[in-house]
Order: sequence, then structure tokens, then C-alpha cells
Amino acid sequence: MTSKEHIIGRRLSRGDGLLKQLWQDPLGRAGFLGIALIILLAVFAPLIARYDVAQINARSRLAAPSITYWFGTDNFGRDIFSRIIYGARVSLIVGLVSVGIAAGIGYLFGLAAGYFEGRVESAIMMLMDIIFAFPSILLALLIVAVLGTSVVNTMIAIGIVNIPVFARTVRASVKAVKGTDYIANARSVGLKNGAILLRHITPNALAPFTVQATLALSGAILTEATMSFLGLGIQPPSPSWGSMLSEARTYMEIAPWMVVFPALFIILTILSFNILGDALRDALDPKLKL
Amino acid sequence: MEHVLEITDLKISTLRGKETVPLLDKVSLKVGRQQCLGIVGESGCGKSITASALLQLLPYPLSVTGGSAFFTASSQARMDLLTLPPKLMRGIRGREIAMIFQEPMTSLDPIFTIQQQMFEALHFHYPHMTHADRMDKSLSMLRKVNIPRPEQTLASYPHQLSGGQLQRIMIAIALMNNPRLLIADEPTTALDVTIQMQILELMNELKETNDASVIMITHDLGVIAETSQHVAVFYAGHIVEEAPVNELFHHPQHPYTKGLLQSISSLTGDSRQLYAIPGIVPPGGSWAAHCRFAARCSHASGRCLTDMPALTEAAPGHFCRCFLHSQEVEA
Amino acid sequence: MKNYIIRRVLMLVPILLGISIAIFLIMQLIPGDVVSGILGIEETPELRAMWEKKLGIDRPLVTQYLSWIGGVVRGDFGESFRTGAKVFPEILWRFSISAELAILACVVAWLIAFPLGILSALKRNSVIDRNVRVLALLGVSVPGFAFATLLILFMALVFGYYPPIKYVSLLENPLKNLEIMIFPAIVLGSSMAGSVMRMTRSSLLEVLRQDFIKAVRATGAPERVTIMRHAFRNASIPIVTLVGMQIGILMGGTVVIEQIFSIPGLGQYLLTGIFQRDFPIVQGTVLFMAVIYVLINLLVDILYTYIDPRITYS
Repeated sequence: MTSKEHIIGRRLSRGDGLLKQLWQDPLGRAGFLGIALIILLAVFAPLIARYDVAQINARSRLAAPSITYWFGTDNFGRDIFSRIIYGARVSLIVGLVSVGIAAGIGYLFGLAAGYFEGRVESAIMMLMDIIFAFPSILLALLIVAVLGTSVVNTMIAIGIVNIPVFARTVRASVKAVKGTDYIANARSVGLKNGAILLRHITPNALAPFTVQATLALSGAILTEATMSFLGLGIQPPSPSWGSMLSEARTYMEIAPWMVVFPALFIILTILSFNILGDALRDALDPKLKL
Repeated sequence: MEHVLEITDLKISTLRGKETVPLLDKVSLKVGRQQCLGIVGESGCGKSITASALLQLLPYPLSVTGGSAFFTASSQARMDLLTLPPKLMRGIRGREIAMIFQEPMTSLDPIFTIQQQMFEALHFHYPHMTHADRMDKSLSMLRKVNIPRPEQTLASYPHQLSGGQLQRIMIAIALMNNPRLLIADEPTTALDVTIQMQILELMNELKETNDASVIMITHDLGVIAETSQHVAVFYAGHIVEEAPVNELFHHPQHPYTKGLLQSISSLTGDSRQLYAIPGIVPPGGSWAAHCRFAARCSHASGRCLTDMPALTEAAPGHFCRCFLHSQEVEA
Repeated sequence: MKNYIIRRVLMLVPILLGISIAIFLIMQLIPGDVVSGILGIEETPELRAMWEKKLGIDRPLVTQYLSWIGGVVRGDFGESFRTGAKVFPEILWRFSISAELAILACVVAWLIAFPLGILSALKRNSVIDRNVRVLALLGVSVPGFAFATLLILFMALVFGYYPPIKYVSLLENPLKNLEIMIFPAIVLGSSMAGSVMRMTRSSLLEVLRQDFIKAVRATGAPERVTIMRHAFRNASIPIVTLVGMQIGILMGGTVVIEQIFSIPGLGQYLLTGIFQRDFPIVQGTVLFMAVIYVLINLLVDILYTYIDPRITYS
């Protein structure tokens, strides 16, 4: 695990035309395009959306897809297409922020554990093991149950759950880098601990960390959708794919489009990430391409 | 002389994309009864795939694309190994022709005990053998290959044993069903020099007692000298020289063979300098239409770079593929 | 071997202790006041004091934790705020339902994943292989709740079929019970099947490339023996790891799927507890599930040593 991450890391830090290689793989390209589509929708939501996402229109309730309402309308007469576009925004923001929280805290923990060793390390890793000992969605639900449901609490919950993977990744790279000669050299020329950490270890640990962050992002998006579906994530009227799908269940026979479109976008997003992940794995480790 | 195996014009190819690329061609060999045929050459010359092809064990996408390999079984039935139906081939493998591999450490299944694996090898060919008979046979084979404490060894897993012990066990398994032909693919490469000698002596001995023939595949002429009566030198997917072992060692004809001999004498002899043939073996698909060794040959001249020399008889029973010894051009 | 198991069980103790402390501390973060949540507008100082004493929250944290964990060890998880019913018997009863669902899901997953994964590896790069790989990719990419909703929609629109709402236990009426459980099991199982299929394929391909497979074939082994006895047994080592990791995903999955299909399992109990802010239920359920999760992972580790003799017990 460690050595593999290390190889991946080295390849990433050298670049090695990785992006180009990914683009040449048809699967990699498909994954890229899928994710790019979601990002574009999220960024340009105000320009793309055709209606106000919160605008209730009693006269056009449960309208089927048409030229006016591309994906139909929901039980409040809101335009589903526009809500899905803004839903992309919610998904990405929650995903990015929670991965940011996890990555930030995990990075510090991992760095501290890998660098100082001894008691600090065992204490931190014990904490990580405890977090890891929970099935992840369970811990996220527990946190939200206690803190109450809100966008911020959702991010915090998903963030906390994801801390251990980052801490472990960083600790492993720090330990790998520590064994190398140039850290000993840095010490011998009199650099202080803090300076060594910043100047030498951080750039080396960064690469495998980036890979981990990409993987965590799709997991975070999925967790958010699941929690929102259960009514414990993003709350209505905010447009979240998960909660849209959940609300749609009541009306699914008379308005199947309410189910189909949010489901399709959730699947498209997760699928794109997985395809890109596969292509990334093949590109980094051609031996595994079977 | 009675021949156990006659290979004629064997050709093996691989697929690169949609293209068929030859890896081995025009290989013809004979193995006499109770004889040991040595096949020597650097890695990538096509020695191992020749062995795999004989048992239809070529890994995808490699396949036999021509030739025949007639084998005379113990029942005196003669059959072409290359076209034998899979069901009959399974009866040949391990029973009539057995194989020993280069890496003893990885050639036994790690999750089964030695006993399970030995019993299994017997079971494939003698499904009705009793437990007691299997035990007797396994123990006696382990004793034959000089394994100390065979009972204890039977209960062990491969990771608990040394490379030398594992190679002895591989030989025991290979010889358990008294095969007519034993193919040994670099059997001593992964072992210590001291163990190497013991293993080779063991194989020579068992060849006599079991009335078996052997194909010894190696890159080491020392191993050939120790075991073989007849030698074929492979280079870049075909035979460049073939002769009885004494003839080859004392009157090598092909510059490649001479180079190989020089590199071992530089290891054992007085000259302090290590000799190596310059350059590398060209991989399959990049072979020249002219002599394939020309690029590394110090004697290469005009014709060598335009025509392909034929394998011709330079002395009685001694064949060589080089313009220095013949004027013949291969069609 | 025996020592190894004992040592592993002992190693559980600090983790379980850590889990219980973590849950206890998280529960302390509940904003606002539990008592006013229970009493609402009927609150009087006397009532409040009575409830604080009853809930034991007038005592210091350490005492509270010790008395809670002391109860837990004796099988006393406290009582529901709403109904006053004991939490632990309810957890046990609901666990049997969730466990049935989880086992069915595993059966579905393995019935799909192993044959297809093996077939895919053996017929590498064929039409079958390509289709299986697409199927597996969909399996890992379609979230359970989305698949469940689409499946219900499909069954309703095409066959006019609705999964039963009222739960019937296995002992009461096995057939009816199966009718209720089968769709949730298919949904849960197929999301597990995707990754198991991929792992089966790649790890089998990896093993098939190894020297000993060729050696086994060279002894005259029939293909079936080579593949099932040697290749698959070796390939199952990483697959077992994956299955262990999936238990957590499966538990999360049951929470969601039980909610969608109205199955009164542990997951639904947890969600009810969360929605009604009935904290003894939440605390008890999460602790119970986490303990089960840790125990199953221990079982997987022990199972490992049976499959792979190379693992040393030191």
C-alpha cells in the first residue's frame, strides 16, 4: 500500500504526461468530460438555469418534461432542470468543503504522527483507528443527529469521517521520506524541525495526498446525497439531488421524471469519478491493466 | 537411434494489436532415448517458449503457428503434441512429459502443503490409488531426491522450505509418475552454486534410473557440460548451431557460440577481464531479414547484412548457421 | 493459533473502549437541553430537577460515563425517552431483521459476483468480459438509494407491483417474509456485487499469471481443478479483505434501504431515534452497530489465517 502510493506519488510529482495519457484513454476522457460537465453546470448555474429554483408555481405543478420545462416540474411547480443545475453546485460545494476539512485536519495529524513518532503518534493513530472503527455513514449520521441538520453540519460530519484516510496517507509518506538521506542532510546543516517539515516533507507527501483527495471527493458527494435522501443532510427547499429524489418518491407514479432526472445525475457523477479513477489507476500502474 | 521427441519446423508467434509477430521459427530438434538435449542461449532467444509449446502451456497471446512435435509415448503411440486435443494433452502432462521450472519459490501453490500437492499430482493420473500407496510413493520420491525428514517436509507449506529443498520437491513431483521426457527450464538458475551442482547430479542420476530423456534449457554452458549429450544453441528465435556436446565445446563454429564459451572461460580462467558479447538480443518483431547475429558479430561482412545463412552441416552431425562455414542462403 | 485469537480479542478492548467514549462524548455535544426538549412548555423547576436526577445528568461526566458503560456491559442500554421501553431488547430483535437482510444481500452479491467475475477473468477481453465489466462499473457507481427508487418505480410502472409495506417476520410466514426482503436484498447485493466482481476478476487474473498455475497445469491438472482449487483459492485472499471492508458499507446500506422499503431493522430504529431526538436509542444503536462491525472484522482477520498459511501468528 505504502510503496504503491509512493510510486503513484512520484509519478504525479514528475507529471510524466499523466494528464495527456489519461486523455488518450477513451475511458479516461469520458470520465474527464463527465466531471467537467458537472463542474461547468455548477459554476455557470445562474446562466444555465431557466427558472428560479425556489419559485413555486401552483398552476404548473407536476408538469411533464416539455420545451418549457425540459425535465418537467415537481409538486410545487418548480423547474426540475434548474434545480438539478443548482443541485450540482450544492453537491460540489459540500464535497469540496468536507474534503477540505478532512484533508486539512488529516494532513496536520498525519504530519505530526509521522514526524514526531512516539506518544504523539500512538495517540493520534489511536484516535484515527477509533474513527475508522465506525462504518462511515453511521458516524456521519450520529454527528448530524447530535449537531442538528444543516449544510455546515453536513460538511463537518462528512469531513470528520474522512480524516483518517488522509492522516494515514500523509503519515506513510512522511515516514517514507524521513528514511531518505536528504532529511538527514537537512538536519546536519542545522535546519530546525519546522523548517524541515515545510521545506522537504510537505512537497513529497503532497502527491499521494492529491490522489486520495480525488477519491474522497466522490465518496463525499455520495455521502451527502445519501444523507440528504434520508432527510439528514441538505434540507429543503435547498436543491440537493438526494433530497429531490427523496421528495419525488411520493409522486413517482404520476411524475416519474421527478425520480429519473435526479437519479440520473447522481449516477452520472459517481460513474464519471469511478471511470476516471480506473483510468488513473491504469495510467499510474500499467502492470495492473488487465 | 530411437527418438522420444522429434520437433520439425516449430514456429511460435504472438499478437501485437492485430498483427502477428513471430517469436520463434524453423526450430527442428530431436531427443534420443535416455539422452539429454541441452538448449542454450541468452534470455529472450525462445528457449522457454519452446518448452511451453510442447505441453500447450503458452501464455496468451502466444500461439504455435506452424510445425509439428511428434512424441512417442510409453505405449509406443506416436502423436503430435502441438495438435493434441486438450483432454489427451492432460494425460500427457505430468504422466508422459513432466516439467521443472526456473523459480522453485513460486512454482508451488503457496496455500497447500507439500503432501496435498504431491498427492494431487498422483491423483490426476491414478485417481484410484489408496492413501497408503500415495503416502509410500511420496515418501520414497522425497527420499530419492535426498530430502531429509520427508515426513516432516510433507506437512510443510512451501514458504517454510528453502529454494533448494523446493527444487528437489519439484523434481520429485515431476518424476513421480515416471515420465518418458523431463523438460527442465533453467532448473538451477535461482539456486546457490553449491546446491546447483547437487541438483544437476541428482537429475543425471534419476535420468538413468527412471529411463527418462531430458531437455535441459539454460543460459549456462556449464550446466550443459554437466548434463547434456547434444546441444542446440538458440539465438533470436532460431537455432544457430547444433552439435554433440564435446564437438561443440572443442570446435565451436558460430561466432555466437564462441562468444558464449569465451564468457564462461573468462569467469573460470586466468584472464582477469570479464568477457561479454556486446549488444543485446533483438526482441521478436525486430528481426532483420539477414543474419540475426550480424549486428553483434565481429566477423560480419557484406553478405551477413543482406542474406540469411542456412543451417548447414559444417562437420558430421555438427550444424551451423553462418556464412563463415557455408555459402548457402536460406530460402 | 489459539494464542493469536486471544491476542486479537484482547486488542479489541482499547478500540471498543475508545468507540464507547467517542459516542459518549459526541452525545454530550447535543446543543440545548435534553430536559427542556422532553418537558417542553410543561417545565417547572421541580419537574426539571426530577428529570435531571432520573437521567443522571446532574452527576459529573466521568460518573455518567461509568454508569452508562456499566449498564451496557450488563446489557442495559437505557430506556427510550418517548416510550420508556428498554432499548436493548428492541435492538436485539431489530438486529435479527437487519442481519437477515444483510445475509440475503451477501448471498445475492456472491451469486452474481463470483461466477461472473471468474468468467470475466477466464474469457478476458471477450464480449462476455466487456459486458461483465460494464455491469460491475454500474454496480459500484449506482448508489443504493437511487437504484432502490428506480427499481420501485420500474416495478410499479411496468408490472404494477408494489413491495409490501407491512413487515412479516421469517418465523410467521417465510414466503411472505422473502417477498418483503428480496428487493431490498437485490438492491444491497448488487451494489456489493460490483466491487466483488471487479476484485474477483483482477485478483484471479493476477494469480493466473503466476508460475505455480503453469506448474499445476504441467502436472496434468484438469482446468476445473486448476481454476477452482488453485487459482480461485489463492485469489480469494484479497477478496476476503474486500468483503470485510464491505461490511461497513453494508451496514450503512441497510440504514438507507430499510428506510426505503419500510423494514423495521436496526437502521430504521436509528433513523427514528435521530428524527425524534430520542438519544438513548441513537446512542445504543450506534454503539451496537460499531461493536458488530469491529467483531465481524475480527472474524475476517481470523478467517484469513485459515485461507493463507503464510500469515504468521506472531
